[in-house]
Amino acid sequence: MRKRESAIKIAVDKYGKERKNLLPVLQEVKQAKNYLTRSDISEIAAEMDLSSAHVYGVASFYHFLDLKVRGQNIIWVCKTISCYMKGSNDILLTLEEALKIKVGETTSDGKFSLLQTNCIGWCHKGPAMLINDQPYTDLTPEKVLQIIDEYYKKS
Amino acid sequence: MAKRKLKRVDLIFSKDCSCRDILAAGLQKPREEIIQTLIASGLKGRGGAGFPTGLKWKMAANEKSNKKYVICNADEGEPGTFKDREILDREPLKVLGGMALCAYVTGAREGFVYLRHEYRFLIPKLEKVLDTFHKWMEELNLDFNVKLFIGAGAYVCGEETSLIESMEGKRGEPRNKPPYPTNEGYLGKPTVVNNVETFVYTMMILRIGAEEFKAMGIEGSSGSKLFSVSGDTPKAGIYELELGMTLDEFVKEFGDGDAKAVQVGGASGFCVPRKRFAETHIGYQGGLTGFSLPTGGSMMIFNSSRSMYNVLHNYLEFFEEESCGQCTPCRVGCQQLLKGIEAVKRGEKSQKYLNDLLRLADTMKITAKCGLGQSVGNSFSSIVENFREEMIY
Repeated sequence: MRKRESAIKIAVDKYGKERKNLLPVLQEVKQAKNYLTRSDISEIAAEMDLSSAHVYGVASFYHFLDLKVRGQNIIWVCKTISCYMKGSNDILLTLEEALKIKVGETTSDGKFSLLQTNCIGWCHKGPAMLINDQPYTDLTPEKVLQIIDEYYKKS
Repeated sequence: MAKRKLKRVDLIFSKDCSCRDILAAGLQKPREEIIQTLIASGLKGRGGAGFPTGLKWKMAANEKSNKKYVICNADEGEPGTFKDREILDREPLKVLGGMALCAYVTGAREGFVYLRHEYRFLIPKLEKVLDTFHKWMEELNLDFNVKLFIGAGAYVCGEETSLIESMEGKRGEPRNKPPYPTNEGYLGKPTVVNNVETFVYTMMILRIGAEEFKAMGIEGSSGSKLFSVSGDTPKAGIYELELGMTLDEFVKEFGDGDAKAVQVGGASGFCVPRKRFAETHIGYQGGLTGFSLPTGGSMMIFNSSRSMYNVLHNYLEFFEEESCGQCTPCRVGCQQLLKGIEAVKRGEKSQKYLNDLLRLADTMKITAKCGLGQSVGNSFSSIVENFREEMIY
Protein backbone atom coordinates (compact mmCIF):
# COMPACT_ATOMS: atom_id res chain seq x y z
CA MET A 1 0.00 0.00 0.00
CA ARG A 2 2.73 2.44 0.95
CA LYS A 3 4.39 1.87 -2.38
CA ARG A 4 1.25 2.81 -4.34
CA GLU A 5 0.72 5.93 -2.29
CA SER A 6 4.14 7.13 -3.17
CA ALA A 7 3.48 6.43 -6.86
CA ILE A 8 0.59 8.88 -6.67
CA LYS A 9 2.69 11.44 -4.90
CA ILE A 10 5.40 11.09 -7.54
CA ALA A 11 2.84 11.67 -10.31
CA VAL A 12 1.42 14.75 -8.59
CA ASP A 13 4.91 16.12 -7.98
CA LYS A 14 5.79 15.52 -11.61
CA TYR A 15 2.79 17.36 -13.11
CA GLY A 16 1.92 19.81 -10.36
CA LYS A 17 -1.01 20.26 -8.02
CA GLU A 18 -3.11 22.58 -10.18
CA ARG A 19 -6.41 21.13 -11.34
CA LYS A 20 -5.40 21.40 -15.00
CA ASN A 21 -2.97 18.54 -14.40
CA LEU A 22 -5.64 16.14 -13.19
CA LEU A 23 -5.97 14.17 -16.42
CA PRO A 24 -2.22 13.53 -16.83
CA VAL A 25 -2.02 12.48 -13.16
CA LEU A 26 -4.96 10.08 -13.50
CA GLN A 27 -3.43 8.65 -16.68
CA GLU A 28 -0.06 8.11 -15.09
CA VAL A 29 -1.52 6.41 -12.02
CA LYS A 30 -3.79 4.28 -14.19
CA GLN A 31 -0.96 3.30 -16.55
CA ALA A 32 0.89 1.44 -13.79
CA LYS A 33 -1.74 -1.28 -13.34
CA ASN A 34 -4.36 -0.57 -16.07
CA TYR A 35 -7.10 0.65 -13.74
CA LEU A 36 -7.87 3.06 -10.93
CA THR A 37 -9.20 2.14 -7.49
CA ARG A 38 -11.39 4.18 -5.17
CA SER A 39 -8.45 4.64 -2.87
CA ASP A 40 -6.39 5.99 -5.78
CA ILE A 41 -9.14 8.54 -6.36
CA SER A 42 -9.21 9.69 -2.72
CA GLU A 43 -5.44 9.75 -2.59
CA ILE A 44 -5.16 11.88 -5.74
CA ALA A 45 -7.90 14.19 -4.46
CA ALA A 46 -6.03 14.69 -1.20
CA GLU A 47 -2.67 15.27 -2.90
CA MET A 48 -4.14 17.78 -5.39
CA ASP A 49 -6.42 19.46 -2.88
CA LEU A 50 -9.55 18.64 -4.88
CA SER A 51 -12.75 16.98 -3.73
CA SER A 52 -12.94 13.21 -4.22
CA ALA A 53 -16.28 13.76 -5.95
CA HIS A 54 -14.61 15.95 -8.57
CA VAL A 55 -11.80 13.47 -9.19
CA TYR A 56 -14.26 10.58 -9.38
CA GLY A 57 -16.49 12.58 -11.72
CA VAL A 58 -13.59 13.21 -14.08
CA ALA A 59 -12.21 9.67 -13.92
CA SER A 60 -15.60 8.10 -14.61
CA PHE A 61 -16.20 10.39 -17.59
CA TYR A 62 -13.48 8.92 -19.80
CA HIS A 63 -13.54 5.47 -21.40
CA PHE A 64 -9.86 4.74 -20.90
CA LEU A 65 -9.69 5.60 -17.21
CA ASP A 66 -10.98 2.28 -16.01
CA LEU A 67 -12.48 2.09 -12.54
CA LYS A 68 -12.88 -1.68 -12.76
CA VAL A 69 -10.16 -4.19 -12.08
CA ARG A 70 -8.51 -5.08 -15.39
CA GLY A 71 -5.92 -7.53 -16.58
CA GLN A 72 -2.32 -6.96 -17.52
CA ASN A 73 -3.27 -6.39 -21.16
CA ILE A 74 -6.49 -4.78 -22.30
CA ILE A 75 -7.86 -5.72 -25.71
CA TRP A 76 -10.18 -3.14 -27.26
CA VAL A 77 -12.01 -4.42 -30.32
CA CYS A 78 -13.50 -1.68 -32.52
CA LYS A 79 -17.28 -1.93 -32.69
CA THR A 80 -18.00 0.82 -35.23
CA ILE A 81 -19.93 -0.09 -38.36
CA SER A 82 -16.96 0.03 -40.77
CA CYS A 83 -15.07 -2.60 -38.76
CA TYR A 84 -18.30 -4.54 -38.23
CA MET A 85 -18.79 -4.70 -42.01
CA LYS A 86 -15.32 -6.21 -42.31
CA GLY A 87 -16.05 -8.92 -39.75
CA SER A 88 -15.23 -7.51 -36.31
CA ASN A 89 -17.81 -9.83 -34.78
CA ASP A 90 -15.81 -12.89 -35.87
CA ILE A 91 -12.78 -11.34 -34.24
CA LEU A 92 -14.71 -10.88 -31.03
CA LEU A 93 -16.01 -14.46 -31.09
CA THR A 94 -12.51 -15.80 -31.76
CA LEU A 95 -11.14 -13.85 -28.81
CA GLU A 96 -13.96 -14.94 -26.51
CA GLU A 97 -13.32 -18.55 -27.39
CA ALA A 98 -9.53 -18.35 -27.18
CA LEU A 99 -9.49 -16.47 -23.87
CA LYS A 100 -12.57 -18.25 -22.49
CA ILE A 101 -14.15 -15.00 -21.36
CA LYS A 102 -16.97 -12.74 -22.53
CA VAL A 103 -16.70 -9.07 -23.47
CA GLY A 104 -16.15 -7.03 -20.32
CA GLU A 105 -14.40 -9.85 -18.46
CA THR A 106 -10.82 -10.60 -17.46
CA THR A 107 -9.07 -13.96 -17.79
CA SER A 108 -8.58 -15.87 -14.55
CA ASP A 109 -4.79 -15.60 -14.85
CA GLY A 110 -5.20 -11.80 -15.06
CA LYS A 111 -3.38 -11.62 -18.39
CA PHE A 112 -6.15 -10.18 -20.59
CA SER A 113 -9.31 -8.11 -20.38
CA LEU A 114 -11.57 -8.09 -23.41
CA LEU A 115 -13.48 -4.90 -24.18
CA GLN A 116 -15.09 -3.12 -27.09
CA THR A 117 -14.58 0.52 -28.05
CA ASN A 118 -15.79 3.07 -30.57
CA CYS A 119 -13.94 3.96 -33.78
CA ILE A 120 -10.17 3.79 -33.27
CA GLY A 121 -9.36 5.37 -36.64
CA TRP A 122 -8.36 2.36 -38.77
CA CYS A 123 -11.57 2.03 -40.82
CA HIS A 124 -9.69 1.41 -44.07
CA LYS A 125 -7.88 -1.54 -42.50
CA GLY A 126 -10.70 -3.10 -40.52
CA PRO A 127 -11.34 -5.07 -38.51
CA ALA A 128 -9.04 -3.40 -36.02
CA MET A 129 -8.27 -3.59 -32.32
CA LEU A 130 -5.95 -2.08 -29.75
CA ILE A 131 -4.00 -4.13 -27.25
CA ASN A 132 -3.01 -1.53 -24.67
CA ASP A 133 -1.67 1.28 -26.89
CA GLN A 134 -0.74 -0.86 -29.88
CA PRO A 135 -3.11 -0.98 -32.89
CA TYR A 136 -3.58 -4.20 -34.87
CA THR A 137 -5.33 -3.99 -38.24
CA ASP A 138 -6.60 -6.13 -41.13
CA LEU A 139 -7.42 -8.79 -38.57
CA THR A 140 -8.50 -12.34 -39.33
CA PRO A 141 -9.35 -15.00 -36.74
CA GLU A 142 -6.00 -16.72 -37.47
CA LYS A 143 -4.05 -13.50 -37.10
CA VAL A 144 -5.75 -12.72 -33.80
CA LEU A 145 -4.80 -16.11 -32.36
CA GLN A 146 -1.16 -15.52 -33.35
CA ILE A 147 -1.15 -12.10 -31.71
CA ILE A 148 -2.58 -13.48 -28.47
CA ASP A 149 -0.01 -16.25 -28.57
CA GLU A 150 2.81 -13.72 -28.84
CA TYR A 151 1.53 -11.86 -25.80
CA TYR A 152 1.42 -15.10 -23.85
CA LYS A 153 5.00 -15.88 -24.89
CA LYS A 154 6.18 -12.41 -23.90
CA SER A 155 4.83 -12.65 -20.39
CA MET B 1 -23.58 25.91 -58.76
CA ALA B 2 -20.40 25.31 -60.68
CA LYS B 3 -19.70 21.61 -60.84
CA ARG B 4 -16.26 20.24 -60.23
CA LYS B 5 -14.84 17.02 -61.57
CA LEU B 6 -13.33 14.60 -59.14
CA LYS B 7 -9.69 15.58 -59.01
CA ARG B 8 -6.89 14.29 -56.86
CA VAL B 9 -4.68 16.88 -55.23
CA ASP B 10 -1.29 16.52 -53.63
CA LEU B 11 -0.70 19.26 -51.10
CA ILE B 12 -0.85 17.74 -47.64
CA PHE B 13 1.54 14.86 -48.25
CA SER B 14 3.64 16.53 -50.97
CA LYS B 15 7.34 16.05 -50.42
CA ASP B 16 8.55 18.87 -52.67
CA CYS B 17 8.55 21.56 -50.03
CA SER B 18 10.62 22.40 -47.00
CA CYS B 19 8.45 22.95 -44.01
CA ARG B 20 11.14 25.02 -42.34
CA ASP B 21 11.48 27.31 -45.39
CA ILE B 22 7.73 27.97 -45.54
CA LEU B 23 7.76 28.78 -41.85
CA ALA B 24 10.85 30.99 -42.09
CA ALA B 25 9.32 32.94 -44.98
CA GLY B 26 5.98 33.19 -43.15
CA LEU B 27 7.57 34.62 -40.02
CA GLN B 28 9.08 37.45 -42.11
CA LYS B 29 5.64 38.59 -43.23
CA PRO B 30 3.53 41.12 -41.31
CA ARG B 31 0.90 39.38 -39.16
CA GLU B 32 -1.93 41.20 -40.89
CA GLU B 33 -0.77 39.91 -44.27
CA ILE B 34 -0.97 36.26 -43.14
CA ILE B 35 -4.48 36.81 -41.80
CA GLN B 36 -5.52 38.47 -45.06
CA THR B 37 -4.01 35.63 -47.11
CA LEU B 38 -5.95 33.04 -45.10
CA ILE B 39 -9.19 35.00 -45.36
CA ALA B 40 -8.67 35.46 -49.12
CA SER B 41 -8.01 31.74 -49.56
CA GLY B 42 -11.46 30.93 -48.18
CA LEU B 43 -10.00 28.17 -45.96
CA LYS B 44 -12.61 26.75 -43.59
CA GLY B 45 -11.95 24.50 -40.61
CA ARG B 46 -11.29 20.96 -41.75
CA GLY B 47 -12.58 19.29 -38.60
CA GLY B 48 -16.09 19.50 -39.97
CA ALA B 49 -17.67 22.63 -38.53
CA GLY B 50 -16.22 24.78 -41.30
CA PHE B 51 -15.50 28.04 -39.47
CA PRO B 52 -13.31 30.40 -41.57
CA THR B 53 -9.76 29.93 -40.30
CA GLY B 54 -8.45 33.41 -41.13
CA LEU B 55 -11.27 34.99 -39.19
CA LYS B 56 -10.64 32.77 -36.16
CA TRP B 57 -6.97 33.76 -36.09
CA LYS B 58 -7.90 37.43 -36.52
CA MET B 59 -10.31 37.30 -33.58
CA ALA B 60 -7.65 35.78 -31.33
CA ALA B 61 -5.01 38.23 -32.62
CA ASN B 62 -7.25 41.20 -31.77
CA GLU B 63 -7.68 40.11 -28.15
CA LYS B 64 -5.55 41.91 -25.61
CA SER B 65 -4.19 39.39 -23.15
CA ASN B 66 -0.92 38.54 -21.45
CA LYS B 67 -1.39 34.87 -22.36
CA LYS B 68 -2.85 33.16 -25.41
CA TYR B 69 -2.88 29.54 -26.51
CA VAL B 70 -2.84 27.55 -29.73
CA ILE B 71 -4.40 24.10 -29.57
CA CYS B 72 -4.27 21.47 -32.28
CA ASN B 73 -7.38 19.31 -32.07
CA ALA B 74 -6.18 15.76 -32.75
CA ASP B 75 -9.08 14.14 -30.89
CA GLU B 76 -10.25 12.54 -34.11
CA GLY B 77 -13.20 10.41 -33.02
CA GLU B 78 -15.79 10.68 -35.76
CA PRO B 79 -16.58 7.15 -36.94
CA GLY B 80 -15.01 6.62 -40.34
CA THR B 81 -12.35 9.32 -39.99
CA PHE B 82 -8.66 8.50 -39.86
CA LYS B 83 -7.01 11.34 -41.78
CA ASP B 84 -5.58 13.14 -38.74
CA ARG B 85 -3.76 10.01 -37.63
CA GLU B 86 -2.28 9.68 -41.09
CA ILE B 87 -1.20 13.35 -41.16
CA LEU B 88 0.37 13.19 -37.69
CA ASP B 89 2.16 10.03 -38.66
CA ARG B 90 3.50 11.24 -42.01
CA GLU B 91 3.65 15.06 -41.83
CA PRO B 92 3.81 16.11 -38.17
CA LEU B 93 6.14 19.04 -38.87
CA LYS B 94 3.61 20.61 -41.22
CA VAL B 95 1.06 20.51 -38.41
CA LEU B 96 3.46 22.06 -35.91
CA GLY B 97 4.49 24.61 -38.55
CA GLY B 98 0.87 25.71 -38.90
CA MET B 99 0.63 26.02 -35.13
CA ALA B 100 3.77 28.18 -35.11
CA LEU B 101 2.27 30.47 -37.76
CA CYS B 102 -0.84 30.79 -35.62
CA ALA B 103 1.29 31.54 -32.56
CA TYR B 104 3.17 34.23 -34.49
CA VAL B 105 -0.06 35.81 -35.78
CA THR B 106 -1.93 35.74 -32.46
CA GLY B 107 0.95 36.27 -30.06
CA ALA B 108 0.56 32.93 -28.30
CA ARG B 109 3.64 31.45 -26.65
CA GLU B 110 2.24 28.09 -25.62
CA GLY B 111 0.62 25.39 -27.68
CA PHE B 112 -0.82 21.92 -27.18
CA VAL B 113 -1.55 18.99 -29.40
CA TYR B 114 -4.61 17.29 -27.89
CA LEU B 115 -4.02 13.73 -29.05
CA ARG B 116 -6.75 11.15 -28.61
CA HIS B 117 -5.96 8.20 -26.38
CA GLU B 118 -6.37 5.74 -29.26
CA TYR B 119 -3.35 7.34 -30.96
CA ARG B 120 -0.97 6.95 -28.03
CA PHE B 121 1.26 4.78 -30.20
CA LEU B 122 2.26 8.02 -31.98
CA ILE B 123 3.65 9.61 -28.80
CA PRO B 124 7.32 8.51 -29.12
CA LYS B 125 7.46 9.71 -32.72
CA LEU B 126 5.75 13.02 -31.97
CA GLU B 127 8.05 13.70 -29.03
CA LYS B 128 11.06 13.29 -31.28
CA VAL B 129 9.51 15.62 -33.86
CA LEU B 130 8.80 18.17 -31.12
CA ASP B 131 12.54 18.27 -30.33
CA THR B 132 13.30 19.17 -33.95
CA PHE B 133 10.48 21.70 -33.95
CA HIS B 134 11.68 23.42 -30.78
CA LYS B 135 15.16 23.67 -32.29
CA TRP B 136 13.62 25.43 -35.29
CA MET B 137 11.78 27.78 -32.97
CA GLU B 138 15.08 28.78 -31.41
CA GLU B 139 16.75 29.27 -34.78
CA LEU B 140 13.81 31.25 -36.16
CA ASN B 141 13.61 33.27 -32.97
CA LEU B 142 9.97 32.52 -32.18
CA ASP B 143 9.08 32.10 -28.51
CA PHE B 144 6.66 29.20 -28.86
CA ASN B 145 6.56 25.89 -27.02
CA VAL B 146 4.30 22.95 -27.85
CA LYS B 147 3.35 20.10 -25.50
CA LEU B 148 1.36 16.95 -26.04
CA PHE B 149 -1.85 16.54 -24.08
CA ILE B 150 -3.27 13.05 -24.22
CA GLY B 151 -7.02 12.50 -24.19
CA ALA B 152 -8.60 9.69 -22.21
CA GLY B 153 -11.34 8.54 -24.54
CA ALA B 154 -14.36 10.78 -25.06
CA TYR B 155 -15.81 11.58 -28.47
CA VAL B 156 -17.36 14.81 -27.20
CA CYS B 157 -13.88 16.19 -26.45
CA GLY B 158 -13.50 16.81 -30.18
CA GLU B 159 -15.89 19.70 -29.53
CA GLU B 160 -13.56 22.58 -28.81
CA THR B 161 -15.03 23.78 -25.52
CA SER B 162 -15.23 20.20 -24.17
CA LEU B 163 -11.64 19.74 -25.21
CA ILE B 164 -10.68 22.82 -23.21
CA GLU B 165 -12.69 21.69 -20.19
CA SER B 166 -10.90 18.35 -20.35
CA MET B 167 -7.52 20.10 -20.48
CA GLU B 168 -8.49 22.07 -17.39
CA GLY B 169 -8.94 18.86 -15.41
CA LYS B 170 -12.70 18.60 -15.68
CA ARG B 171 -15.27 16.32 -17.26
CA GLY B 172 -15.31 16.99 -20.99
CA GLU B 173 -18.66 18.76 -21.00
CA PRO B 174 -19.27 21.52 -23.57
CA ARG B 175 -19.53 25.14 -22.47
CA ASN B 176 -22.17 27.62 -23.47
CA LYS B 177 -21.10 29.86 -26.32
CA PRO B 178 -20.45 32.78 -26.31
CA PRO B 179 -17.87 33.41 -25.04
CA TYR B 180 -15.99 31.65 -27.82
CA PRO B 181 -12.53 30.21 -27.18
CA THR B 182 -10.96 33.06 -29.15
CA ASN B 183 -12.19 35.36 -26.33
CA GLU B 184 -12.07 33.03 -23.35
CA GLY B 185 -10.59 29.62 -23.99
CA TYR B 186 -8.05 27.53 -22.09
CA LEU B 187 -7.73 28.85 -18.52
CA GLY B 188 -9.92 31.77 -19.57
CA LYS B 189 -7.38 33.08 -22.07
CA PRO B 190 -7.84 33.67 -25.84
CA THR B 191 -7.31 30.33 -27.55
CA VAL B 192 -7.29 29.15 -31.15
CA VAL B 193 -8.42 25.55 -31.55
CA ASN B 194 -7.93 24.17 -35.05
CA ASN B 195 -8.05 20.70 -36.54
CA VAL B 196 -4.83 18.92 -37.54
CA GLU B 197 -5.61 19.22 -41.25
CA THR B 198 -6.48 22.92 -40.98
CA PHE B 199 -3.03 23.73 -39.61
CA VAL B 200 -1.39 21.90 -42.52
CA TYR B 201 -3.47 23.86 -45.02
CA THR B 202 -2.40 27.19 -43.50
CA MET B 203 1.18 26.19 -44.31
CA MET B 204 0.25 25.04 -47.80
CA ILE B 205 -1.63 28.27 -48.51
CA LEU B 206 1.42 30.30 -47.56
CA ARG B 207 3.39 28.16 -49.94
CA ILE B 208 1.11 28.21 -53.01
CA GLY B 209 -0.72 31.49 -52.32
CA ALA B 210 -4.36 32.25 -51.66
CA GLU B 211 -5.17 32.56 -55.37
CA GLU B 212 -4.08 29.08 -56.30
CA PHE B 213 -5.89 27.55 -53.32
CA LYS B 214 -9.10 29.43 -54.05
CA ALA B 215 -8.93 28.38 -57.69
CA MET B 216 -9.72 24.88 -56.45
CA GLY B 217 -13.18 23.92 -55.22
CA ILE B 218 -16.42 25.83 -55.57
CA GLU B 219 -17.86 29.07 -54.22
CA GLY B 220 -18.01 28.81 -50.44
CA SER B 221 -15.91 25.63 -50.37
CA SER B 222 -12.50 26.46 -51.72
CA GLY B 223 -9.50 24.26 -51.93
CA SER B 224 -9.06 20.59 -51.36
CA LYS B 225 -9.62 18.28 -48.43
CA LEU B 226 -8.63 14.88 -47.17
CA PHE B 227 -11.26 12.17 -47.38
CA SER B 228 -11.25 8.98 -45.36
CA VAL B 229 -12.86 6.35 -47.56
CA SER B 230 -14.14 3.13 -45.99
CA GLY B 231 -16.94 0.59 -46.15
CA ASP B 232 -17.83 -1.23 -49.38
CA THR B 233 -14.99 0.01 -51.52
CA PRO B 234 -12.06 -1.72 -53.18
CA LYS B 235 -9.98 1.41 -52.54
CA ALA B 236 -10.31 2.14 -48.84
CA GLY B 237 -7.82 4.77 -47.68
CA ILE B 238 -6.98 8.47 -47.56
CA TYR B 239 -7.44 10.68 -50.60
CA GLU B 240 -6.95 14.40 -51.02
CA LEU B 241 -9.63 15.64 -53.39
CA GLU B 242 -10.78 18.97 -54.71
CA LEU B 243 -14.00 20.12 -53.02
CA GLY B 244 -17.20 20.44 -55.03
CA MET B 245 -17.36 17.03 -56.75
CA THR B 246 -20.70 15.26 -56.89
CA LEU B 247 -21.26 12.07 -54.96
CA ASP B 248 -21.98 10.42 -58.28
CA GLU B 249 -18.41 10.95 -59.39
CA PHE B 250 -17.10 9.96 -56.01
CA VAL B 251 -18.97 6.66 -56.07
CA LYS B 252 -17.88 5.94 -59.65
CA GLU B 253 -14.28 6.28 -58.53
CA PHE B 254 -14.46 4.60 -55.13
CA GLY B 255 -17.58 2.45 -55.05
CA ASP B 256 -17.75 -1.27 -55.75
CA GLY B 257 -20.37 -0.78 -58.47
CA ASP B 258 -23.27 -1.51 -56.14
CA ALA B 259 -23.33 1.47 -53.78
CA LYS B 260 -26.78 2.18 -52.37
CA ALA B 261 -25.83 4.92 -49.94
CA VAL B 262 -22.90 6.98 -48.75
CA GLN B 263 -22.65 8.32 -45.22
CA VAL B 264 -20.90 11.67 -45.60
CA GLY B 265 -19.30 13.12 -42.46
CA GLY B 266 -19.50 10.08 -40.19
CA ALA B 267 -22.17 9.28 -37.62
CA SER B 268 -22.90 13.00 -37.22
CA GLY B 269 -23.14 13.52 -40.99
CA PHE B 270 -25.75 12.72 -43.59
CA CYS B 271 -26.73 9.57 -45.39
CA VAL B 272 -27.18 10.15 -49.11
CA PRO B 273 -29.15 7.50 -51.04
CA ARG B 274 -28.28 6.46 -54.58
CA LYS B 275 -31.06 8.52 -56.17
CA ARG B 276 -29.47 11.70 -54.86
CA PHE B 277 -25.83 10.98 -55.73
CA ALA B 278 -25.96 13.15 -58.87
CA GLU B 279 -27.32 16.28 -57.19
CA THR B 280 -25.21 16.12 -54.02
CA HIS B 281 -22.00 18.10 -54.01
CA ILE B 282 -19.35 17.70 -51.37
CA GLY B 283 -18.56 21.02 -49.76
CA TYR B 284 -19.49 23.35 -46.94
CA GLN B 285 -22.04 25.79 -48.31
CA GLY B 286 -25.70 25.00 -48.43
CA GLY B 287 -25.28 23.41 -45.03
CA LEU B 288 -28.10 21.08 -44.30
CA THR B 289 -30.03 21.36 -47.57
CA GLY B 290 -28.56 18.12 -48.79
CA PHE B 291 -27.21 19.60 -51.97
CA SER B 292 -23.85 19.93 -50.40
CA LEU B 293 -22.73 18.59 -47.10
CA PRO B 294 -20.56 19.82 -44.30
CA THR B 295 -17.99 17.18 -43.73
CA GLY B 296 -14.95 16.23 -41.75
CA GLY B 297 -14.10 13.92 -44.61
CA SER B 298 -15.53 10.59 -43.48
CA MET B 299 -17.00 8.74 -46.46
CA MET B 300 -18.56 5.37 -45.69
CA ILE B 301 -19.93 3.50 -48.66
CA PHE B 302 -22.72 0.93 -48.22
CA ASN B 303 -23.70 -1.50 -50.94
CA SER B 304 -27.05 -3.20 -51.42
CA SER B 305 -26.13 -6.13 -49.15
CA ARG B 306 -26.10 -3.85 -46.09
CA SER B 307 -28.98 -3.22 -43.71
CA MET B 308 -29.39 0.50 -43.11
CA TYR B 309 -31.21 -0.40 -39.89
CA ASN B 310 -27.98 -1.92 -38.61
CA VAL B 311 -26.05 1.13 -39.73
CA LEU B 312 -28.39 3.51 -37.89
CA HIS B 313 -28.52 1.24 -34.85
CA ASN B 314 -24.72 1.29 -34.70
CA TYR B 315 -24.62 5.10 -34.92
CA LEU B 316 -27.30 5.51 -32.23
CA GLU B 317 -25.51 3.14 -29.86
CA PHE B 318 -22.44 5.26 -30.47
CA PHE B 319 -24.23 8.53 -29.67
CA GLU B 320 -26.00 7.10 -26.65
CA GLU B 321 -22.64 6.07 -25.24
CA GLU B 322 -20.78 9.23 -26.17
CA SER B 323 -23.41 11.79 -25.14
CA CYS B 324 -21.84 13.59 -22.18
CA GLY B 325 -25.20 13.58 -20.40
CA GLN B 326 -25.12 17.25 -19.53
CA CYS B 327 -28.18 18.45 -21.48
CA THR B 328 -31.48 16.61 -21.47
CA PRO B 329 -32.31 16.73 -25.20
CA CYS B 330 -29.14 14.84 -26.06
CA ARG B 331 -28.95 12.51 -23.04
CA VAL B 332 -32.57 11.38 -23.20
CA GLY B 333 -33.02 11.94 -26.93
CA CYS B 334 -30.24 9.53 -27.91
CA GLN B 335 -31.66 6.84 -25.61
CA GLN B 336 -35.20 7.29 -26.91
CA LEU B 337 -34.20 7.27 -30.59
CA LEU B 338 -32.35 4.01 -30.05
CA LYS B 339 -35.18 2.41 -28.04
CA GLY B 340 -37.66 3.76 -30.56
CA ILE B 341 -36.20 2.15 -33.67
CA GLU B 342 -35.77 -1.11 -31.78
CA ALA B 343 -39.44 -1.05 -30.77
CA VAL B 344 -40.59 -0.34 -34.32
CA LYS B 345 -38.39 -3.11 -35.67
CA ARG B 346 -39.81 -5.62 -33.17
CA GLY B 347 -43.32 -4.51 -34.02
CA GLU B 348 -44.03 -3.19 -30.51
CA LYS B 349 -44.69 0.25 -31.93
CA SER B 350 -46.58 1.17 -35.06
CA GLN B 351 -44.56 2.34 -38.03
CA LYS B 352 -46.13 5.79 -37.59
CA TYR B 353 -44.02 6.04 -34.45
CA LEU B 354 -41.09 6.77 -36.76
CA ASN B 355 -42.69 10.18 -37.42
CA ASP B 356 -42.63 10.94 -33.70
CA LEU B 357 -38.98 9.94 -33.61
CA LEU B 358 -38.23 12.23 -36.56
CA ARG B 359 -39.84 15.09 -34.62
CA LEU B 360 -37.72 14.23 -31.61
CA ALA B 361 -34.60 14.31 -33.80
CA ASP B 362 -35.62 17.77 -35.06
CA THR B 363 -36.14 18.96 -31.49
CA MET B 364 -32.66 17.77 -30.59
CA LYS B 365 -31.24 19.77 -33.50
CA ILE B 366 -32.69 22.96 -32.05
CA THR B 367 -32.31 22.34 -28.33
CA ALA B 368 -29.14 20.32 -27.71
CA LYS B 369 -26.29 22.30 -26.25
CA CYS B 370 -23.45 21.30 -28.55
CA GLY B 371 -22.67 19.91 -31.96
CA LEU B 372 -22.94 16.31 -30.77
CA GLY B 373 -26.60 16.45 -29.78
CA GLN B 374 -27.47 18.80 -32.61
CA SER B 375 -26.11 16.48 -35.26
CA VAL B 376 -27.61 13.16 -34.09
CA GLY B 377 -30.66 14.13 -36.13
CA ASN B 378 -28.55 14.41 -39.31
CA SER B 379 -27.91 10.72 -39.68
CA PHE B 380 -31.16 9.74 -38.00
CA SER B 381 -33.45 11.73 -40.28
CA SER B 382 -31.53 11.10 -43.47
CA ILE B 383 -31.48 7.32 -42.89
CA VAL B 384 -35.07 7.00 -41.65
CA GLU B 385 -36.49 9.19 -44.42
CA ASN B 386 -34.60 7.46 -47.21
CA PHE B 387 -34.74 3.87 -45.94
CA ARG B 388 -38.00 3.84 -44.03
CA GLU B 389 -38.93 0.34 -45.16
CA GLU B 390 -35.65 -1.04 -43.84
CA MET B 391 -36.47 0.41 -40.41
CA ILE B 392 -39.76 -1.48 -40.33
CA TYR B 393 -39.33 -4.82 -42.08
